[in-house]
Order: sequence, then C-alpha cells, then structure tokens
Amino acid sequence: MSDLEAVVTAEGPGPPSAPPPPAEATDKSRSLSDDAWTDLRRSKIFWFAAVLVVLFLVMAAFPTLFTSNDPRDCILARQHAPASGSHFFGYDFQGCDVYAKTVYGARNSVLVGVLATLLAGVIGLVVGLSAGYFGGWLDALLSRFIDVVLGVPFLLAAIVLAKRLAAGSNSTGIAAVALTLGFLGWTTAARIIRSAVIASKNQDYVAAARMLGAGPVRLMFRHILPNSITSFVVVLTILLGANIASEATLSFLGVGLRNGAISWGISIAEAGRYARTAPWPLVWPSVFLALTVLAFIMLGDAIRDAFDPKLR
Amino acid sequence: MFRYLVRRLLQMVVTFFGATFIVYALMFANQDDPIRALAGERPISQAERQVLTERYHLDASFWHQYWYYLKGMLTGDFGTSLTGRRISDMMADAWPVTVRLALMAIVIAAAVAILAGVISGIRRGGIFDNVTLVLTLIVLALPIVVLAPLSQLIFGIKLDWFPPTAGLHPSAYALLLPALVLGSLVVATELRVTRSAVGENLRADYVRTARAKGLTRQRVVGVHVLRNSLIPVITLIGVDIGGLMSGAIVTEGVFNIPGVGFNLFRGIHTEDGPLVVGFVSVLVIVFLVVNLLVDLLYAALDPRIRYE
Repeated sequence: MSDLEAVVTAEGPGPPSAPPPPAEATDKSRSLSDDAWTDLRRSKIFWFAAVLVVLFLVMAAFPTLFTSNDPRDCILARQHAPASGSHFFGYDFQGCDVYAKTVYGARNSVLVGVLATLLAGVIGLVVGLSAGYFGGWLDALLSRFIDVVLGVPFLLAAIVLAKRLAAGSNSTGIAAVALTLGFLGWTTAARIIRSAVIASKNQDYVAAARMLGAGPVRLMFRHILPNSITSFVVVLTILLGANIASEATLSFLGVGLRNGAISWGISIAEAGRYARTAPWPLVWPSVFLALTVLAFIMLGDAIRDAFDPKLR
Repeated sequence: MFRYLVRRLLQMVVTFFGATFIVYALMFANQDDPIRALAGERPISQAERQVLTERYHLDASFWHQYWYYLKGMLTGDFGTSLTGRRISDMMADAWPVTVRLALMAIVIAAAVAILAGVISGIRRGGIFDNVTLVLTLIVLALPIVVLAPLSQLIFGIKLDWFPPTAGLHPSAYALLLPALVLGSLVVATELRVTRSAVGENLRADYVRTARAKGLTRQRVVGVHVLRNSLIPVITLIGVDIGGLMSGAIVTEGVFNIPGVGFNLFRGIHTEDGPLVVGFVSVLVIVFLVVNLLVDLLYAALDPRIRYE
C-alpha cells in the first residue's frame, strides 16, 4: 500500500530518485515507466495537480506553517466581521477566523481520505486477488458480493452506515467516516485487480514461476500484481479525491465528522444558512474542498494517460 | 432473452434482500431501548410498555422483526414517521416533485452532453475539444456540497436570476437551477462517453460506406454516427440515476425542495429512523428496477446484443 503514497508524494516538484512504479517494475515495464515519466513531466495538468496535492498535504501535516491563528478562538462579538491583518478571510457566524478554520480543515479531510482509501485498497486487493487467482465458487461468491455492494446507491448506504458506526460515541467520528467510506469504496479496485489477475495468471512467465516452485502468495505479489499496479494506483488516487468529497458531503449532512471537529463540509453547512448576509465563510471552504478533490482526480487522470500505452 | 430476464430478476431479488437487510440491521437491530427513546424524559408505566411492546413486536426475535418489516414494505405500509405522519403519505407527496426534478436534470444533462460530445468527437484535438475536456474534469471534481450552495449563492442570491429556494409547490422555473446543479453531476461522464463513441464510430466501415454513397455530412453524422454512439450513453444515463438520487439529498436540502431527498435530509437531522429506512428502501428498489429496464432497453436498441 506504500505504493499509493510513493506515487502521490514522490511525484511532487523536483526530479525523482526512482521512476514509478518503484521497486517491483520488471525490465520491460521499467522502460514503459521511463517513457511515462517523460510524458508526465511534459503534462501541464500533472504539474498543476501535483503542486496542489503537495500543498494540501503540507497544509494537513503542518497547518501552523500557514496560519498562526487558532481556529477555535471564536468571539461572538466578531460575528461576520470583515477580513483584517492576518485574518485574510474574515470571520464566520460564531466569530471564528475563517482562514484558520479552512486551513485546519485540510487535516481531517486528508486524514479521512487517506485512511478510507488505504482500507478500500486493502479490501479491494484481497478480494480481487483471491477472486481472480482461485476462481471457481470463491470468484462467483465474491463477484456477487461486489454486485450487491454496487447495487446500493453509495450515499444512501454511507449515511446509514456512518450513522450506525458513530452511534453512542463521543469521538469526532474520523474513524467511523473512514471505515464507512472504506467499506463502500473498494469495489472498483477489486474488479480491476480481479480482471488483471485473470488476464495474466495463465501467461507463460507465471506458469514458469509456478513450475519453479513459487507459492500462490509469491506468484500473486511478485509476478501478477506488478503488471496491474499502475491502474490500481490510478483508481486509488481518484478514489482518494472522491473520498474527500464524500467526507465533506457526510459532514454537510450531519452524519460525518461531529462533536466540534473542524471540517470543510461542516463549515459549508453552517455558512450556507447565513449566505444571504455573509457569503465569504461559505465560499472559502468550498474553494479549498473543490481544489483538493480536483487535484487528486487530475493527478489520477494524468498518471493514467501517461501509463496507458493504448491511449498514445 | 427469457433466460436472461429470469437470471436478472433473480439477481435483483438477491440484491434487494441483501440491501434491505443491511439497511434494516444497521438502523434497527441492537438499539438500546426504543420505548425509552420514544418516551424521553417522561416516566412510562408497565402497562404502556406492554402495549407498545406488543404493538411493535419488540419482544420478537430479530428475524421475526425483519419479517414484519419486509411484509409491511411489500404491502406498501412503511409505518409512521416520528412526526406522526404516515410515511406512505409523505412518499406520495414527495415522489412527484423528485421525479420532475430528476427528469429535468436528465434531459438537460443529456442534451448538453450529446451536443458538446458530438462536436468534440468530430473535431478531436481542436480548441473546443480541449476546452471541453478541461471543463469536464473540473465539473467532475466539483462535489455537490460545493456546487449546490455556491450556485444558490451566485445565481440565486447575488445575481437573482433564479429563485434561491423552491417552495411547497415548486414551479418548473424554480426547479431549473437545482436541475442544472443535479445535471452537472452526470454531464461530464456522459459527454466523455459520447465523445469517444463518436470518435470511434467515425472510423467505422459503415460510415465510409455512407460517405461513399454520397450522403451529406449532416446525414452521416446525424443519423449513422449519432444513432450508434447513443447506445452507451443511454446505459450511462440509467446508471447515473443512482448518482442523481444521492445528489438529490443535498440539492433538495439546499434548495428547500419538498422531494424525497429533502425528506431524507430532514429525517437524518431529526434522527427519524422509520422515515430514513422507509425512504432508503424505496430508493434502493427504484434504483434496481431502473437499472434492469436500462439493460433491457440496451438489447432493444442494439440488435447485435443477444442476451443468453
């Protein structure tokens, strides 16, 4: 799973020390990935997305680099006061600094997004590998299970599940939301892995490895998986963006983060009520959320375009 | 075809039971004490407790309770919401509004997507194509929680082009802005699919034949290419119904449209368990049925597809 982070973080500005995908690339795909990397470096969309992703990751990790104000320092007397000094975005209904709240909001969004995506990736990997490799009744069972999960409209399932997982707890709900999105979001990844495994498990090089005595686990991870790792990483990158959007949607609806957690979704829901008199507290978290989601989806798009030889 | 239909129906039954069971188990099972929750602070006598227990089968086993829930749902009885209204009555009020909104959104999205998709499919790599590709990427990335409140702020409040909220009996004009917001959820994927389908079909043999026959460009694109390119788009529109329903929860909540999504939005906030479960169950059924219909339509549109 470190591959996702490797791609997301290693492809920021500056020359990379190793071409992606890193360690597991075979000789043949290494030249392909070299090629892809040259392509990527020429893509404006890729650089735009990469810079934004790095910016938001830094913002999530070190919010104090961006603001020295405390997002929880709210004085009602400053209600909807205009911007001043280091309070670039003014104040919201509760008299909180909108800029500080927006900056600190990045942490929960990225945290939930990454945790949910990791969980979805692990589930997708396990389900996809076992369905594709072992086939037979296990494949039939797991494929039907994927159909059932896909058969339920996503947001409806997420609302019910998030509500249930968070019931009776006083936490901020980060774990509940991450689990919800992880449990519901693994299907695409599983399908991609499954079809990649089915396509390559009868190839000669896999048969050769099997005859040399490689076990199922070694075959899967050393010989089959490296060929499909790019599409897997692309799906997870786009899923990360989608998960951040879903977290905001759930928080907006009141079933996501709670109990005083700082989240763009909650800020949008709160500010939306007073948008007629004070529009800016609504605009800024919306812009940040949209840019974050856009950055991850563009990054995934750019990587796919570069790595998919069929698109050239 | 018949065998395919039977198999799909059986699959649908499995999905239906799986989905409603999960919803039911999550919402109702292992709750602490529903009578206590209903009574709140008020003391509750033994007799009252007994009456309520018997009326709602609270002492029955989990499977019995699930059976009662299924039986009620299949006979159109969803119980009463915590506000005291019958949920089936609320649905009868809400569905027409949501259907109208969804139809407007689907028509607008399809019109924009097909028109722009055909143009960029024909002029691949041109300015229009590149601009549309970037635009679709942006629209694809805009979450509905950003799009709905911001468009309400900009077009409803600041520019005053549309009414910012719809009332109890919304006019088509009041629903236009929400329909645009909802349609933008699906327009990007539809446009991209149209574009690639048109690009592919333009290179097909039958198009060359049509050109060789001396048909006008208009007729070649408008009839030969378009017809064949629309097939994947129509499937996509069916799949998108699920996305539209999810989007409707936020959109109707923001624009105050008294539809299905609005009721769910309010039900979530007021912790109205029966209402949420009832509406979600019906939405799941609608989603499944629409998807089945689209799959069957697919076979009717494309004679090359034969279901086994």
